[in-house]
Amino acid sequence: MHSDAFDRYHDTESFIHRLDPRVKVVVTIAFILSNALLPDGAWLAFGLAWLFLLLVNALSNLGLGFTFKRSFVALPFALVAITVLFSIPGKPVSTFHFLMWKLTVTDMGLLRFMSILVRSWLSVQMAIMLVAVARFPDIVHALEHLRVPSILTTIIAFLYRYLFVLVDEVFRLLRARESRSAAAAGSRSGGSVAWRARVAGNMAGQLFLRSYERSDRVYNAMLARGYAGHLMTINPHELRNIDYVTAVLAISLILLLQVIGRL
Amino acid sequence: MLYSPEPMHIPDGFLNLYVSIVCWIITTILISMAVSRTNKSLGEKQVPLMGVMAAFIFAAQMINFPVAGGTSGHLLGGALAAIMLGPWAGMLVMTAVIAVQGLLFQDGGLLVMGANILNMGLITCAIGYGLYRSVSGANRIFKLGVAGIAAWLSVMAGAFFTALQLWLSGTSQLQIVIPAMLFVHALIGLGEAVITVAALSFVLQARPDLLGENSESAKGSKGWIIAGVAISLIVVFLSPLASTDPDGLNRVATDLGFIGSARSSAGPLAGYMIPFLANVSLSKVIAGAIGISVVLGLAVLAGRTLQKKTPVQNRKP
Repeated sequence: MHSDAFDRYHDTESFIHRLDPRVKVVVTIAFILSNALLPDGAWLAFGLAWLFLLLVNALSNLGLGFTFKRSFVALPFALVAITVLFSIPGKPVSTFHFLMWKLTVTDMGLLRFMSILVRSWLSVQMAIMLVAVARFPDIVHALEHLRVPSILTTIIAFLYRYLFVLVDEVFRLLRARESRSAAAAGSRSGGSVAWRARVAGNMAGQLFLRSYERSDRVYNAMLARGYAGHLMTINPHELRNIDYVTAVLAISLILLLQVIGRL
Repeated sequence: MLYSPEPMHIPDGFLNLYVSIVCWIITTILISMAVSRTNKSLGEKQVPLMGVMAAFIFAAQMINFPVAGGTSGHLLGGALAAIMLGPWAGMLVMTAVIAVQGLLFQDGGLLVMGANILNMGLITCAIGYGLYRSVSGANRIFKLGVAGIAAWLSVMAGAFFTALQLWLSGTSQLQIVIPAMLFVHALIGLGEAVITVAALSFVLQARPDLLGENSESAKGSKGWIIAGVAISLIVVFLSPLASTDPDGLNRVATDLGFIGSARSSAGPLAGYMIPFLANVSLSKVIAGAIGISVVLGLAVLAGRTLQKKTPVQNRKP
């Protein structure tokens, strides 16, 4: 597997791409925070938040529909919110029968449900945008600047760096299992569920040992290259004027959203 | 998809701000404790080790096995990480895994990441390690059995706290979300338990030194036993209560100031409908929980007595 198999970064030249990663992280978090703060049914503010998102899409040179196309990853989770449709008292909107229950959708329930969905949908798009316009090591570096403990950022950086190696290892294990599990056409290969789970567990144990031994070699290799306890970067990460201006402007727009949402 | 998502990664928008922030505060406190402990006890060599171990947990979550009807079981890894690496290191490793899943793959939100780390990383590590540690002197089969129970309970606890947070945020109805989450995760937890036990027994056979009395993983203090057992008991006793008597829990939450009058909308819906659904899966949940708590109690008791018989103890205080 290639080392960028897990990369979500879309390399192109744009205003957003040139910004300091700290600005991108802070604005992303502010945007998601603002969505959580907006009251239920603040449709105007939600609409404007979407416009803000479109603006970021446009400025990133990735196309207006870039985040939209990828924005449905969180949708299955909406299932957990479905009960609010029926449980919040309000005017009945529609009633239907589901199996043995008579369910009544109320207007307040619908309002709450849609607000949760819209909040989630907007927030996930900004998170998608963040990793598309900032390289992951830069995001980790920004987190370090934002006072996330360095031991944690180092672990995250290592995780990102070695993930593809270990995933290759997993694929080897899976391929080996496939090849061992030959079966005549029409009949099932392998034993009971417990047996299959035990095989999976042995694979996890095997993977643990291989990873453990690999970490030794990784450490020695790093020592040989001058590792002294923390990771270094050749990116300067200096905040320029344009970074400050953009950050202030974006945060002001987000604050404005809050004011509009509460009118 | 390279890995199958757990129905436990909460996306942004599903928890309200207060719940998200309270979870972030608890998570931050625990992580900073973990950071200061690991900074004190570990050499610089351990940091690359933990990084590669984090990648291991991430990759191990991709190892799945077919169960039935197209579904597959796979690992969450909190209990396994804590047992193999020690509790604090396990927590940092799980934090890194969940952070990358949220940041890079949008599997779980950013504002709610505190809650996700708490549910899937910290609580699972505490239970997994605490229960396993309570029988550290016992024989191999017994330890593995307890590790399996701990892994199952850690998944259940994660699901329980996820459900609780969803309810406190006004996203789900208590008497539905708790039985539903626990029911789904009772099955997922079985996969977790079997994989954890098999992986541990494999490592115990191949590299017993990594899990021995002098390894990193055996150095956690006795406080973990109390923490692990306490959280397990909370889950075991509160989940039936939450499902049978949601009004009671609602009242407690209101009294403690978790939910203000604005959230009292959860009150009237108690007698609204679907008590039937709650009761069906509920009886199973209760039966299961009681069964598990009995087994757990016996296991811990037996572990204690076995431990006393072991003559040499070179554990750190």
